[in-house]
Order: sequence, then C-alpha cells, then structure tokens
Amino acid sequence: MPVNKIVETFEKAVSDIPDGATIMLGNFAGPGGTPFYLIQALHKQGAKDLTIIANTAGGIGLTLDFDDHRILFESKRVKKVIATFPFSTSPKRPSAAEKLIVAGEVELELVPQGTLAERIRAGGAGIPAFYTPTGVGTVIEEGKEKRGFNGRPYLLEHALTADYAFVRAYKADEMGNLVYRGTQRQFNPIMAMAASITIAEVDEIVGSGEIDPDCVVTPGIFVHRIVKVTEDPGFPRHLETNFQVKDGGAR
Amino acid sequence: MKERLSREAIAMRIARECFDGAIVNLGIGIPTLVSSFVPEGMQVTYHTENGALGFGPVITPDEFEEKADIDLTNAGGQYVSPLPGMCFFHHADSFAIIRGGRIDITVLGVLEVSEKGDLANWMFPGRGVGNIGGGMDLAFNSKRVIGATEHTTKSGKLKIVKQCSIPLTAPHCMDMVVTDIAVIKFTEPGLVLQEIAPGWTVEEVQELTEPKLIVAEDLKEIEL
Repeated sequence: MPVNKIVETFEKAVSDIPDGATIMLGNFAGPGGTPFYLIQALHKQGAKDLTIIANTAGGIGLTLDFDDHRILFESKRVKKVIATFPFSTSPKRPSAAEKLIVAGEVELELVPQGTLAERIRAGGAGIPAFYTPTGVGTVIEEGKEKRGFNGRPYLLEHALTADYAFVRAYKADEMGNLVYRGTQRQFNPIMAMAASITIAEVDEIVGSGEIDPDCVVTPGIFVHRIVKVTEDPGFPRHLETNFQVKDGGAR
Repeated sequence: MKERLSREAIAMRIARECFDGAIVNLGIGIPTLVSSFVPEGMQVTYHTENGALGFGPVITPDEFEEKADIDLTNAGGQYVSPLPGMCFFHHADSFAIIRGGRIDITVLGVLEVSEKGDLANWMFPGRGVGNIGGGMDLAFNSKRVIGATEHTTKSGKLKIVKQCSIPLTAPHCMDMVVTDIAVIKFTEPGLVLQEIAPGWTVEEVQELTEPKLIVAEDLKEIEL
C-alpha cells in the first residue's frame, strides 16, 4: 500500500514535534518561500527549547506584515538560532530575536550565508564537513581548523542536519515530489534533504504523474508530509500569467 | 562649486565599470541603484543570493498591481521584474555561483575600508550586532569588489582608514571604492586617487581620508 504523505491540517502535521527539536525553515528577505502556516501551527502547538535554523530570525522588517518565525521568539520557544541575517535593518524596530539575543536569553550562531547553505547541503548529502575560504581572517574563523589548499587558506565547516524541516513549495504530487515557483526556492530544497522529517507547505497537491519528472526539484524521497494552503494570505502573486514555464512545470 | 555626489551619481559612476556579458551582484542600498544606470544595449546579468540570475529592474510603485510577485524578489526583498532567459536555483547553487568565482563584479556598501583593502560592512555601528548575510561570501569570492559609499559618516567620521576598527567582512578584498567625492583604487603600494568630484582638491579629499593617497598621474574629474 502506498504511503499517504498528505496531511489534512497544519496542526496535525506538526503535532508530534517535541520540546528541544531542531527545525530548519525556508526563509529569506521577502515573504516568498516561507512556510508561514507550519510556523503558525507550531506556535499554537507550543513546543519549546527549539533550535531554529533559517536565514533570518524573523520579523527583520523587510517582509509584509505577516507572522513568520518572529512569533516563536516572541513567545520564548527558541533556545538557539543559527542564521545569517538575524537582525532588523532598522535600529528603531529591533526584532523580538534581537532583544532576546542581546539579553543572552537566546543563543545565536551567526553564519555567512553561503556557509549556511553549504552546511545544510552537506548535511543532506552525508558529508560531515568541508573547507571554504569564506570567513578566514574574520571573527568567523574563531575556533575553526584552518588549512591551505593551492596557496589559499580555508576553514573547516561542519554539516548541519535537523529533526524537522518546514519547506514552502509550489506544487507537490502524492509521492511528495516538489516543484517551486521563482525565488521561493531559496533554502527550501536543501533543507528538505537535511532533516529526518520534512513537511512541505504547498499551493497545490496533484496526482502522481501530473508533475513532469524532468521538472521535479525535490525528489519525493526527501518529503514525508504534505499540507495544502487553503486560505489566501493576500500576497501579491500572479499564478495565472506566470514568469516561469507555463503552468508551473506541471503538465 | 564644491558639492558631494548624490547616491544616484555614485551608482552612475559604478555603472561605468560594467561591461557586456558581466555577471553582477548588487548589495542593499546605493549598490541596488547601479542597475538603473547601466547603458542601454549593454548585456549585464544580475545575480541574487536567493536564487535568480537574469532578472529585470526593481518594479516601480506604478507597476505594483500588474507585476509585483512575492516569488520574484531580490536580496533586499524588493520585487523585481521577470526577463526572458532568467532562471531560478536553490541557495547552495546560488552560492556555488559566488564561491565558484562566477561573479565578475559585486557592489557592496561600506562602513569602513582600510588601506590594505579590508572591508568592514556587516556590524551595525553602535548596536553591537550585525547581519552577515551573503556579503561575506561575495567579498571573499567575487572577481572584483567595488564599494559604494559616502566618503565619511553622517557625523563626519572617516570611513577610509589605515586599519578597520570594526569586525571585517573580508580582508584584502577591495578593488575600488566610489564615494561622493572620489574614486579610489586599492593597489599594492597603496590607495590611488583616480578621480575627484568637481570642485574638490586633492588636499580636501586627503583630509577626509586617513591613509596617504597616491595621486594618479592621470587624475581626472569624476565623469558620469
């Protein structure tokens, strides 16, 4: 019998997440590609002492007025955050995370963005560590092994994995194969590969065979649960006159 | 008349560094403005960290209804317009483009640059915190790093210094800095003053620059 990956509600999809879990979530500067509904369901669920791995720590002031993982910091559910851009760009509007980090209530591991991406990619690919030049001669090199290759110094960086990944994609089929839309893709496909349980929040779920196998970005093997967004959050989008391949890679 | 260049004029001068076929990544702030001044007909391909190559200009408020789409934004979260031939990729591929040395020019904001070409631009002054974002990877791995900045801070503090006083983004990475009064190149013997804003003297620029400037033999007025 085929495994049914489709979950009816966001609440159900996150219900088993325990206190102390490490969670990766897709996120960048704008609202595109953030699994808002999974984050909000986790907030309701109440798990605490979380480690969040994401580009930002939420509420950085560039997104529309919509609840992202900022709410997990506000309600003090986060113990540690691994991020590249954790702070608001406006000193007048410090994010919830900034106040907690400065007060020492949340631990921050600040990582260059390419290093974060590669650490996640390595985690998903079973590679424990890798060398990168980024950060040599800066605060990033503190405590890290340094080694020269071809006359250039590199730092040893370790892979990241997570208990759960919350990813935002455009369409899923019943197998969990995912396609993305535009810059929504960002960290989502690599996070999907680096977690024990990956939960995808999507606009549409289609039957097996309805996504062109050549267009699949995240193979379904990496996706364990799929939940469809049922309300319209009112973000500007033009799904009908797309900027990408007509009908979003599906046929 | 001695005036400082506007942010747009700084961007306009940097746009002259672009060339046909260039792959360019623009940081947040003045750098973003550069794309507006690239000569028509020149093919410059823009890269953004969040996984797009070959997108078009930032959309204007007038175009918002028709074009804004949360799934097509740049690294500053601004809505940009689609162009034929653009493509999307995930973050690890996006930084493979950067770390693999495919970015010809990156234009970054500056808090401080040193005479050795060190760049410091990620720690917010006075806040004790900062965002590294993609800037560190760009500064370490791009073929050319161009700084875009006012020559001094709003309170008159020097930004071009002998040694940076705040945490570095990358050491020895700078190629050139374009300010509101000068164009300066980073070379082995030191900082070379290449161009100067209309009405300014070498002495006046030197006064606002901590390291000793080497004056280019062919010193010119900044042309836009």
